[in-house]
Amino acid sequence: MIEIRGLTKVFHNVTALDGVDLSLDENEFVSLVGVSGCGKSTLLNIIAGLAEPTTGEVLVGGQPVTGPGRDRGVVFQSSTLLPWKTAQGNVEFALRGEPISRDERRARAREHLELVGLAGFEDAFPAQLSGGMQQRVALARSLSYRPSILLMDEPFGALDALTRRDMQELLTIVWEAHRLTVLFVTHDIEEAVYISDRVVTMTPRPGRILAETAVALPRPRRVEQQSEPEFLQLTAHLLAQIRGAA
Amino acid sequence: MARIRQRISRRQYTTVAVGTFAVLLGVWWAVTATGMISPLFLPSPGSVVARLGELMATGDFFSDVGLSTYRVTVGYLAATVMALAIGPLVGVSAVFEAAVEPLMDFVRYMPVVAFVPLTIVWAGTDDIQKFLIIWMGTFFQQVLMVADAVRQVPQPLVHLGETLGMGRTAILTQIVFPSAWPRVWDALRVTLGWAWTWLVVAELVAATGGMGYRINVAKRYLATDTIIGYVLVLGILGLLFDQAMRAIGRVMFAYQRVR
Repeated sequence: MIEIRGLTKVFHNVTALDGVDLSLDENEFVSLVGVSGCGKSTLLNIIAGLAEPTTGEVLVGGQPVTGPGRDRGVVFQSSTLLPWKTAQGNVEFALRGEPISRDERRARAREHLELVGLAGFEDAFPAQLSGGMQQRVALARSLSYRPSILLMDEPFGALDALTRRDMQELLTIVWEAHRLTVLFVTHDIEEAVYISDRVVTMTPRPGRILAETAVALPRPRRVEQQSEPEFLQLTAHLLAQIRGAA
Repeated sequence: MARIRQRISRRQYTTVAVGTFAVLLGVWWAVTATGMISPLFLPSPGSVVARLGELMATGDFFSDVGLSTYRVTVGYLAATVMALAIGPLVGVSAVFEAAVEPLMDFVRYMPVVAFVPLTIVWAGTDDIQKFLIIWMGTFFQQVLMVADAVRQVPQPLVHLGETLGMGRTAILTQIVFPSAWPRVWDALRVTLGWAWTWLVVAELVAATGGMGYRINVAKRYLATDTIIGYVLVLGILGLLFDQAMRAIGRVMFAYQRVR
Protein backbone atom coordinates (compact mmCIF):
# COMPACT_ATOMS: atom_id res chain seq x y z
CA MET A 1 0.00 0.00 0.00
CA ILE A 2 2.82 2.39 0.95
CA GLU A 3 6.31 1.84 -0.39
CA ILE A 4 9.13 4.11 0.80
CA ARG A 5 12.41 3.79 -1.06
CA GLY A 6 15.78 5.29 -0.20
CA LEU A 7 14.23 8.37 1.37
CA THR A 8 16.60 11.11 2.50
CA LYS A 9 15.71 14.55 3.78
CA VAL A 10 18.28 17.25 4.43
CA PHE A 11 17.30 20.55 6.09
CA HIS A 12 19.99 23.24 5.95
CA ASN A 13 22.83 20.67 5.98
CA VAL A 14 21.20 18.65 8.78
CA THR A 15 20.26 15.16 7.69
CA ALA A 16 16.81 14.51 9.17
CA LEU A 17 16.20 11.25 7.32
CA ASP A 18 18.89 9.04 5.86
CA GLY A 19 18.08 6.20 3.48
CA VAL A 20 14.70 5.17 4.85
CA ASP A 21 13.11 2.07 3.33
CA LEU A 22 9.76 0.98 4.65
CA SER A 23 6.61 -0.61 3.37
CA LEU A 24 3.11 -0.87 4.80
CA ASP A 25 0.62 -3.50 3.75
CA GLU A 26 -3.01 -2.78 3.08
CA ASN A 27 -5.03 -2.43 6.30
CA GLU A 28 -1.92 -2.72 8.42
CA PHE A 29 -1.47 -0.61 11.54
CA VAL A 30 2.16 0.46 11.85
CA SER A 31 3.64 2.70 14.54
CA LEU A 32 6.76 4.73 14.06
CA VAL A 33 8.57 5.21 17.35
CA GLY A 34 11.62 7.24 18.23
CA VAL A 35 12.85 10.05 20.43
CA SER A 36 11.83 13.64 19.67
CA GLY A 37 13.65 14.99 16.64
CA CYS A 38 14.39 11.61 15.04
CA GLY A 39 12.61 12.62 11.86
CA LYS A 40 9.46 10.53 12.31
CA SER A 41 7.14 13.49 11.78
CA THR A 42 9.19 14.55 8.76
CA LEU A 43 8.71 11.08 7.30
CA LEU A 44 4.95 11.29 7.90
CA ASN A 45 4.80 14.73 6.27
CA ILE A 46 6.61 13.43 3.21
CA ILE A 47 4.15 10.54 2.89
CA ALA A 48 1.29 13.03 3.31
CA GLY A 49 2.78 15.09 0.49
CA LEU A 50 3.23 18.14 2.74
CA ALA A 51 7.03 18.03 2.42
CA GLU A 52 9.33 16.90 -0.35
CA PRO A 53 12.13 14.38 0.11
CA THR A 54 15.66 15.38 -0.86
CA THR A 55 16.15 12.02 -2.55
CA GLY A 56 14.14 8.83 -2.75
CA GLU A 57 10.45 8.30 -3.32
CA VAL A 58 7.17 7.29 -1.78
CA LEU A 59 4.72 5.13 -3.67
CA VAL A 60 1.10 4.88 -2.61
CA GLY A 61 -0.80 2.13 -4.38
CA GLY A 62 2.07 1.98 -6.88
CA GLN A 63 1.85 5.69 -7.73
CA PRO A 64 4.56 8.14 -6.66
CA VAL A 65 3.42 10.82 -4.18
CA THR A 66 3.68 14.31 -5.68
CA GLY A 67 1.56 16.24 -3.19
CA PRO A 68 -1.21 15.94 -0.63
CA GLY A 69 -4.34 14.03 -1.59
CA ARG A 70 -7.64 12.75 -0.27
CA ASP A 71 -6.39 9.16 -0.43
CA ARG A 72 -4.29 9.97 2.66
CA GLY A 73 -6.07 11.42 5.67
CA VAL A 74 -3.96 13.15 8.31
CA VAL A 75 -4.63 13.63 12.01
CA PHE A 76 -2.29 16.30 13.36
CA GLN A 77 -0.89 16.67 16.86
CA SER A 78 -2.38 20.08 17.47
CA SER A 79 -6.06 20.72 17.11
CA THR A 80 -6.83 21.60 13.51
CA LEU A 81 -10.54 22.05 13.98
CA LEU A 82 -12.00 25.22 12.54
CA PRO A 83 -13.10 27.14 15.65
CA TRP A 84 -16.06 28.82 13.94
CA LYS A 85 -17.61 25.52 12.89
CA THR A 86 -19.41 23.06 15.10
CA ALA A 87 -18.26 19.45 15.48
CA GLN A 88 -20.76 18.54 12.77
CA GLY A 89 -19.65 21.48 10.62
CA ASN A 90 -16.01 20.48 10.93
CA VAL A 91 -16.69 16.96 9.68
CA GLU A 92 -18.94 18.24 6.89
CA PHE A 93 -16.17 20.63 5.88
CA ALA A 94 -14.06 17.63 4.83
CA LEU A 95 -16.96 16.21 2.79
CA ARG A 96 -17.65 19.19 0.59
CA GLY A 97 -15.56 17.82 -2.23
CA GLU A 98 -17.57 14.60 -2.29
CA PRO A 99 -20.22 14.05 -4.96
CA ILE A 100 -22.99 13.49 -2.43
CA SER A 101 -26.14 15.38 -1.52
CA ARG A 102 -26.43 17.74 1.42
CA ASP A 103 -28.50 15.25 3.36
CA GLU A 104 -26.04 12.46 2.74
CA ARG A 105 -23.21 14.70 3.83
CA ARG A 106 -25.01 15.55 7.02
CA ALA A 107 -25.82 11.92 7.68
CA ARG A 108 -22.27 10.79 7.06
CA ALA A 109 -20.83 13.42 9.39
CA ARG A 110 -23.30 12.43 12.08
CA GLU A 111 -22.47 8.76 11.62
CA HIS A 112 -18.74 9.40 12.02
CA LEU A 113 -19.20 11.55 15.10
CA GLU A 114 -21.21 8.70 16.56
CA LEU A 115 -18.40 6.30 15.66
CA VAL A 116 -15.97 8.26 17.84
CA GLY A 117 -18.47 8.49 20.69
CA LEU A 118 -19.56 12.07 20.14
CA ALA A 119 -23.26 11.57 19.47
CA GLY A 120 -25.02 14.51 21.10
CA PHE A 121 -22.09 16.89 20.60
CA GLU A 122 -22.83 17.69 16.95
CA ASP A 123 -23.64 21.32 17.67
CA ALA A 124 -20.76 22.01 20.07
CA PHE A 125 -18.03 24.38 18.96
CA PRO A 126 -14.39 23.25 19.45
CA ALA A 127 -13.92 25.76 22.31
CA GLN A 128 -16.63 23.91 24.22
CA LEU A 129 -14.97 20.50 23.78
CA SER A 130 -12.12 18.99 25.80
CA GLY A 131 -8.78 18.27 24.12
CA GLY A 132 -9.65 14.59 23.80
CA MET A 133 -13.04 15.35 22.27
CA GLN A 134 -11.44 17.76 19.81
CA GLN A 135 -9.08 15.02 18.64
CA ARG A 136 -12.05 12.67 18.30
CA VAL A 137 -13.73 15.17 15.99
CA ALA A 138 -10.46 15.37 14.03
CA LEU A 139 -10.41 11.58 13.80
CA ALA A 140 -14.04 11.49 12.68
CA ARG A 141 -13.26 14.15 10.08
CA SER A 142 -10.30 12.19 8.70
CA LEU A 143 -12.28 8.96 8.51
CA SER A 144 -15.41 10.58 7.06
CA TYR A 145 -14.09 10.95 3.52
CA ARG A 146 -12.80 7.37 3.59
CA PRO A 147 -9.13 7.71 2.73
CA SER A 148 -7.33 4.41 2.17
CA ILE A 149 -4.50 5.54 4.42
CA LEU A 150 -4.59 7.38 7.73
CA LEU A 151 -1.46 9.20 8.84
CA MET A 152 -1.45 10.15 12.52
CA ASP A 153 1.22 12.50 13.84
CA GLU A 154 1.34 12.09 17.63
CA PRO A 155 -2.40 12.68 17.73
CA PHE A 156 -2.64 12.07 21.47
CA GLY A 157 0.64 13.80 22.36
CA ALA A 158 -1.02 16.88 23.83
CA LEU A 159 -3.55 14.97 25.95
CA ASP A 160 -3.36 14.05 29.62
CA ALA A 161 -2.47 10.45 30.50
CA LEU A 162 -6.01 9.31 31.31
CA THR A 163 -7.58 10.85 28.21
CA ARG A 164 -4.76 9.37 26.21
CA ARG A 165 -5.64 5.87 27.38
CA ASP A 166 -9.28 6.39 26.44
CA MET A 167 -8.24 7.61 23.01
CA GLN A 168 -5.95 4.61 22.43
CA GLU A 169 -8.80 2.31 23.33
CA LEU A 170 -11.22 4.19 21.10
CA LEU A 171 -8.82 4.19 18.15
CA THR A 172 -8.26 0.43 18.56
CA ILE A 173 -11.99 -0.28 18.60
CA VAL A 174 -12.67 1.98 15.62
CA TRP A 175 -9.80 0.57 13.61
CA GLU A 176 -10.66 -3.05 14.36
CA ALA A 177 -14.18 -2.39 13.11
CA HIS A 178 -13.23 -0.32 10.04
CA ARG A 179 -9.78 -1.32 8.92
CA LEU A 180 -7.55 0.87 6.84
CA THR A 181 -3.80 1.37 6.50
CA VAL A 182 -2.51 3.47 9.40
CA LEU A 183 0.90 4.99 10.04
CA PHE A 184 0.95 6.21 13.61
CA VAL A 185 3.81 8.40 14.84
CA THR A 186 4.44 8.43 18.59
CA HIS A 187 7.18 8.50 21.18
CA ASP A 188 5.15 6.38 23.59
CA ILE A 189 6.23 2.73 23.35
CA GLU A 190 3.28 1.32 25.33
CA GLU A 191 0.89 3.19 23.05
CA ALA A 192 2.64 1.84 19.95
CA VAL A 193 2.60 -1.77 21.14
CA TYR A 194 -1.01 -1.58 22.31
CA ILE A 195 -2.47 -0.37 19.05
CA SER A 196 -0.12 -1.65 16.31
CA ASP A 197 0.46 -4.71 14.18
CA ARG A 198 4.06 -3.68 13.75
CA VAL A 199 6.35 -1.21 15.51
CA VAL A 200 9.10 0.51 13.56
CA THR A 201 11.81 2.11 15.68
CA MET A 202 14.01 4.94 14.45
CA THR A 203 17.42 6.32 15.39
CA PRO A 204 17.86 10.06 15.86
CA ARG A 205 20.07 12.33 13.72
CA PRO A 206 20.29 11.10 11.11
CA GLY A 207 16.87 9.41 11.18
CA ARG A 208 17.22 5.82 10.10
CA ILE A 209 15.05 2.75 10.55
CA LEU A 210 16.48 0.85 13.49
CA ALA A 211 14.27 -2.24 13.53
CA GLU A 212 10.81 -3.52 12.69
CA THR A 213 9.08 -5.60 15.32
CA ALA A 214 5.83 -7.48 14.76
CA VAL A 215 3.31 -7.27 17.60
CA ALA A 216 1.81 -10.73 17.94
CA LEU A 217 -0.71 -9.82 20.63
CA PRO A 218 -4.16 -11.17 19.71
CA ARG A 219 -6.97 -8.93 18.52
CA PRO A 220 -9.37 -7.55 19.47
CA ARG A 221 -7.03 -5.83 21.86
CA ARG A 222 -8.15 -5.03 25.36
CA VAL A 223 -6.64 -2.59 27.84
CA GLU A 224 -5.96 -5.45 30.28
CA GLN A 225 -3.42 -6.91 27.85
CA GLN A 226 -1.12 -4.09 28.86
CA SER A 227 -0.31 -5.88 32.12
CA GLU A 228 0.34 -9.27 30.52
CA PRO A 229 3.93 -10.62 30.30
CA GLU A 230 4.12 -10.60 26.48
CA PHE A 231 3.17 -6.94 26.41
CA LEU A 232 5.65 -6.01 29.12
CA GLN A 233 8.45 -8.03 27.51
CA LEU A 234 7.85 -6.41 24.16
CA THR A 235 7.81 -2.86 25.51
CA ALA A 236 10.98 -3.54 27.53
CA HIS A 237 12.65 -4.95 24.44
CA LEU A 238 11.70 -1.92 22.31
CA LEU A 239 12.80 0.50 24.99
CA ALA A 240 16.20 -1.21 25.21
CA GLN A 241 16.43 -1.11 21.42
CA ILE A 242 15.81 2.65 21.24
CA ARG A 243 18.09 3.38 24.17
CA GLY A 244 20.85 1.26 22.69
CA ALA A 245 20.74 3.31 19.54
CA ALA A 246 20.70 6.72 21.20
CA MET B 1 -5.27 40.74 51.57
CA ALA B 2 -6.33 39.62 48.11
CA ARG B 3 -4.27 36.96 46.44
CA ILE B 4 -2.42 37.77 43.23
CA ARG B 5 -4.92 37.97 40.36
CA GLN B 6 -7.80 36.99 42.60
CA ARG B 7 -11.12 37.46 40.80
CA ILE B 8 -13.86 39.77 41.99
CA SER B 9 -17.54 39.65 41.11
CA ARG B 10 -18.92 41.75 38.30
CA ARG B 11 -20.82 43.84 40.80
CA GLN B 12 -17.70 44.54 42.86
CA TYR B 13 -15.86 45.44 39.66
CA THR B 14 -18.54 47.90 38.62
CA THR B 15 -18.67 49.44 42.10
CA VAL B 16 -14.92 50.02 42.17
CA ALA B 17 -14.85 51.37 38.60
CA VAL B 18 -17.71 53.79 39.24
CA GLY B 19 -16.00 54.73 42.51
CA THR B 20 -12.87 55.85 40.66
CA PHE B 21 -14.88 58.18 38.45
CA ALA B 22 -16.84 59.47 41.44
CA VAL B 23 -13.67 60.21 43.41
CA LEU B 24 -12.09 62.08 40.51
CA LEU B 25 -15.26 64.04 39.93
CA GLY B 26 -15.44 64.81 43.65
CA VAL B 27 -11.85 66.08 43.71
CA TRP B 28 -12.56 68.21 40.65
CA TRP B 29 -15.67 69.64 42.22
CA ALA B 30 -13.91 70.26 45.58
CA VAL B 31 -10.90 72.14 44.20
CA THR B 32 -13.11 74.37 42.06
CA ALA B 33 -15.78 74.94 44.75
CA THR B 34 -13.21 76.05 47.31
CA GLY B 35 -11.72 78.49 44.83
CA MET B 36 -8.26 76.92 45.15
CA ILE B 37 -7.87 77.10 41.41
CA SER B 38 -9.09 79.93 39.23
CA PRO B 39 -12.01 78.94 36.94
CA LEU B 40 -9.90 80.23 34.09
CA PHE B 41 -7.60 77.22 34.48
CA LEU B 42 -10.10 74.71 35.76
CA PRO B 43 -13.81 75.51 35.56
CA SER B 44 -16.19 73.61 37.84
CA PRO B 45 -17.99 70.45 36.63
CA GLY B 46 -21.23 72.40 36.78
CA SER B 47 -20.02 75.15 34.46
CA VAL B 48 -18.62 72.62 32.00
CA VAL B 49 -21.98 70.85 31.85
CA ALA B 50 -23.75 74.21 31.53
CA ARG B 51 -21.46 75.21 28.69
CA LEU B 52 -22.10 71.94 26.86
CA GLY B 53 -25.80 72.60 27.38
CA GLU B 54 -25.48 76.00 25.75
CA LEU B 55 -23.60 74.56 22.80
CA MET B 56 -26.30 71.93 22.42
CA ALA B 57 -28.98 74.61 22.51
CA THR B 58 -27.34 76.55 19.68
CA GLY B 59 -26.83 73.34 17.69
CA ASP B 60 -23.05 73.86 17.47
CA PHE B 61 -22.43 70.80 19.61
CA PHE B 62 -24.34 68.50 17.29
CA SER B 63 -22.86 69.89 14.11
CA ASP B 64 -19.33 69.60 15.60
CA VAL B 65 -19.87 66.00 16.74
CA GLY B 66 -21.57 65.12 13.47
CA LEU B 67 -18.80 66.59 11.34
CA SER B 68 -16.03 64.97 13.37
CA THR B 69 -17.75 61.59 13.38
CA TYR B 70 -18.23 61.82 9.61
CA ARG B 71 -14.53 62.63 9.09
CA VAL B 72 -13.35 59.79 11.33
CA THR B 73 -15.72 57.35 9.68
CA VAL B 74 -14.66 58.14 6.13
CA GLY B 75 -10.91 58.36 6.87
CA TYR B 76 -10.97 55.23 8.96
CA LEU B 77 -13.07 53.23 6.50
CA ALA B 78 -10.79 54.21 3.62
CA ALA B 79 -7.76 53.03 5.59
CA THR B 80 -9.52 49.87 6.73
CA VAL B 81 -10.75 48.83 3.29
CA MET B 82 -7.25 49.26 1.87
CA ALA B 83 -5.59 47.50 4.80
CA LEU B 84 -8.00 44.57 4.48
CA ALA B 85 -7.10 44.28 0.81
CA ILE B 86 -3.33 44.50 1.24
CA GLY B 87 -2.67 43.12 4.75
CA PRO B 88 -3.75 39.53 4.04
CA LEU B 89 -1.55 39.41 0.92
CA VAL B 90 1.43 40.57 3.00
CA GLY B 91 0.57 37.89 5.56
CA VAL B 92 0.52 34.99 3.12
CA SER B 93 3.00 35.92 0.41
CA ALA B 94 6.72 36.39 1.02
CA VAL B 95 6.99 38.44 -2.17
CA PHE B 96 4.27 40.85 -1.02
CA GLU B 97 5.84 40.94 2.41
CA ALA B 98 9.21 41.91 0.96
CA ALA B 99 7.62 44.51 -1.30
CA VAL B 100 5.40 46.13 1.32
CA GLU B 101 6.47 45.44 4.88
CA PRO B 102 9.86 47.20 5.08
CA LEU B 103 8.27 50.23 3.40
CA MET B 104 5.34 50.29 5.81
CA ASP B 105 7.69 49.85 8.75
CA PHE B 106 9.62 52.87 7.56
CA VAL B 107 6.58 55.02 6.87
CA ARG B 108 4.92 54.28 10.20
CA TYR B 109 7.93 55.70 12.03
CA MET B 110 7.58 59.00 10.22
CA PRO B 111 5.58 61.22 12.55
CA VAL B 112 2.17 61.81 11.03
CA VAL B 113 1.96 65.22 12.75
CA ALA B 114 4.87 66.37 10.60
CA PHE B 115 2.74 65.64 7.54
CA VAL B 116 -0.01 68.00 8.60
CA PRO B 117 1.53 71.10 6.90
CA LEU B 118 2.27 69.04 3.80
CA THR B 119 -1.29 67.70 3.61
CA ILE B 120 -2.58 71.26 3.85
CA VAL B 121 -0.41 72.20 0.86
CA TRP B 122 -1.62 69.13 -1.00
CA ALA B 123 -5.28 69.06 -0.09
CA GLY B 124 -6.14 72.41 1.46
CA THR B 125 -8.10 72.54 4.68
CA ASP B 126 -11.19 70.67 3.51
CA ASP B 127 -12.44 67.30 4.64
CA ILE B 128 -10.05 65.61 2.21
CA GLN B 129 -7.09 66.79 4.28
CA LYS B 130 -8.70 65.36 7.45
CA PHE B 131 -9.29 62.04 5.71
CA LEU B 132 -5.69 62.04 4.56
CA ILE B 133 -4.27 62.58 8.05
CA ILE B 134 -6.55 59.93 9.59
CA TRP B 135 -5.66 57.56 6.77
CA MET B 136 -1.92 58.15 7.22
CA GLY B 137 -2.17 57.61 10.95
CA THR B 138 -4.05 54.32 10.72
CA PHE B 139 -3.49 52.63 7.36
CA PHE B 140 0.20 51.76 7.70
CA GLN B 141 -0.28 50.36 11.18
CA GLN B 142 -3.36 48.43 10.11
CA VAL B 143 -1.59 46.73 7.21
CA LEU B 144 1.11 45.46 9.53
CA MET B 145 -1.37 44.35 12.18
CA VAL B 146 -3.64 42.59 9.69
CA ALA B 147 -0.64 40.89 8.05
CA ASP B 148 0.49 39.73 11.45
CA ALA B 149 -2.94 38.36 12.32
CA VAL B 150 -2.96 36.35 9.09
CA ARG B 151 0.59 35.16 9.70
CA GLN B 152 -0.38 33.83 13.11
CA VAL B 153 -2.81 31.31 11.65
CA PRO B 154 -1.23 27.97 12.60
CA GLN B 155 0.51 26.12 9.77
CA PRO B 156 -1.28 22.82 10.57
CA LEU B 157 -4.55 24.50 9.50
CA VAL B 158 -3.02 25.19 6.09
CA HIS B 159 -1.79 21.60 5.97
CA LEU B 160 -5.30 20.43 6.80
CA GLY B 161 -6.67 22.23 3.77
CA GLU B 162 -3.97 20.71 1.58
CA THR B 163 -4.65 17.17 2.78
CA LEU B 164 -8.35 17.74 2.12
CA GLY B 165 -7.41 18.45 -1.48
CA MET B 166 -8.36 22.14 -1.37
CA GLY B 167 -6.78 24.61 -3.76
CA ARG B 168 -4.78 27.63 -2.66
CA THR B 169 -7.61 30.14 -3.03
CA ALA B 170 -10.04 27.91 -1.15
CA ILE B 171 -7.54 27.42 1.69
CA LEU B 172 -7.07 31.17 1.98
CA THR B 173 -10.73 32.14 1.83
CA GLN B 174 -12.20 29.23 3.77
CA ILE B 175 -9.49 28.48 6.34
CA VAL B 176 -6.79 31.14 6.70
CA PHE B 177 -8.81 34.38 6.55
CA PRO B 178 -11.70 33.22 8.75
CA SER B 179 -9.10 31.98 11.27
CA ALA B 180 -7.38 35.36 11.31
CA TRP B 181 -10.63 37.35 11.51
CA PRO B 182 -10.92 37.66 15.34
CA ARG B 183 -7.38 39.07 15.58
CA VAL B 184 -8.00 41.34 12.59
CA TRP B 185 -11.13 42.66 14.27
CA ASP B 186 -9.11 43.43 17.40
CA ALA B 187 -6.57 45.34 15.31
CA LEU B 188 -9.38 47.33 13.68
CA ARG B 189 -10.88 48.15 17.06
CA VAL B 190 -7.57 49.44 18.43
CA THR B 191 -6.84 51.54 15.35
CA LEU B 192 -10.29 53.14 15.46
CA GLY B 193 -9.19 54.78 18.70
CA TRP B 194 -6.11 56.14 16.96
CA ALA B 195 -8.24 57.51 14.13
CA TRP B 196 -10.01 59.79 16.65
CA THR B 197 -6.66 61.11 17.87
CA TRP B 198 -5.52 61.94 14.35
CA LEU B 199 -8.82 63.62 13.61
CA VAL B 200 -8.38 66.02 16.50
CA VAL B 201 -4.79 66.72 15.48
CA ALA B 202 -5.93 67.60 11.97
CA GLU B 203 -8.85 69.71 13.16
CA LEU B 204 -6.74 71.62 15.69
CA VAL B 205 -4.37 72.81 12.99
CA ALA B 206 -6.73 73.86 10.26
CA ALA B 207 -10.48 73.49 10.11
CA THR B 208 -13.67 75.46 9.86
CA GLY B 209 -15.74 73.02 11.88
CA GLY B 210 -15.55 69.91 14.01
CA MET B 211 -14.64 69.25 17.61
CA GLY B 212 -10.93 70.04 17.24
CA TYR B 213 -11.85 73.32 15.57
CA ARG B 214 -14.19 74.27 18.42
CA ILE B 215 -11.44 73.49 20.97
CA ASN B 216 -8.99 75.66 19.06
CA VAL B 217 -11.41 78.56 18.87
CA ALA B 218 -12.23 78.19 22.58
CA LYS B 219 -8.50 78.46 23.35
CA ARG B 220 -8.44 81.92 21.76
CA TYR B 221 -11.19 83.12 24.12
CA LEU B 222 -9.74 81.18 27.07
CA ALA B 223 -13.03 79.27 27.22
CA THR B 224 -11.61 76.39 29.24
CA ASP B 225 -15.13 75.11 30.00
CA THR B 226 -15.67 74.40 26.29
CA ILE B 227 -12.24 72.78 25.94
CA ILE B 228 -12.71 70.47 28.92
CA GLY B 229 -16.27 69.66 27.92
CA TYR B 230 -15.22 68.69 24.41
CA VAL B 231 -12.24 66.64 25.60
CA LEU B 232 -14.59 64.69 27.87
CA VAL B 233 -17.07 64.22 25.02
CA LEU B 234 -14.24 62.97 22.77
CA GLY B 235 -13.36 60.44 25.47
CA ILE B 236 -16.98 59.30 25.68
CA LEU B 237 -17.31 59.04 21.89
CA GLY B 238 -14.12 56.95 21.71
CA LEU B 239 -15.43 54.72 24.47
CA LEU B 240 -18.79 54.29 22.73
CA PHE B 241 -17.20 53.34 19.41
CA ASP B 242 -14.86 50.92 21.16
CA GLN B 243 -17.70 49.29 23.09
CA ALA B 244 -19.74 49.00 19.90
CA MET B 245 -16.86 47.21 18.15
CA ARG B 246 -16.43 44.95 21.17
CA ALA B 247 -20.12 44.10 21.19
CA ILE B 248 -20.09 43.28 17.47
CA GLY B 249 -16.98 41.16 18.02
CA ARG B 250 -18.67 39.27 20.85
CA VAL B 251 -21.53 38.37 18.54
CA MET B 252 -19.34 37.48 15.55
CA PHE B 253 -16.94 35.40 17.59
CA ALA B 254 -19.41 33.84 20.01
CA TYR B 255 -17.99 30.45 18.98
CA GLN B 256 -14.83 31.21 20.96
CA ARG B 257 -16.74 31.19 24.22
CA VAL B 258 -16.30 28.12 26.40
CA ARG B 259 -19.87 28.46 27.71
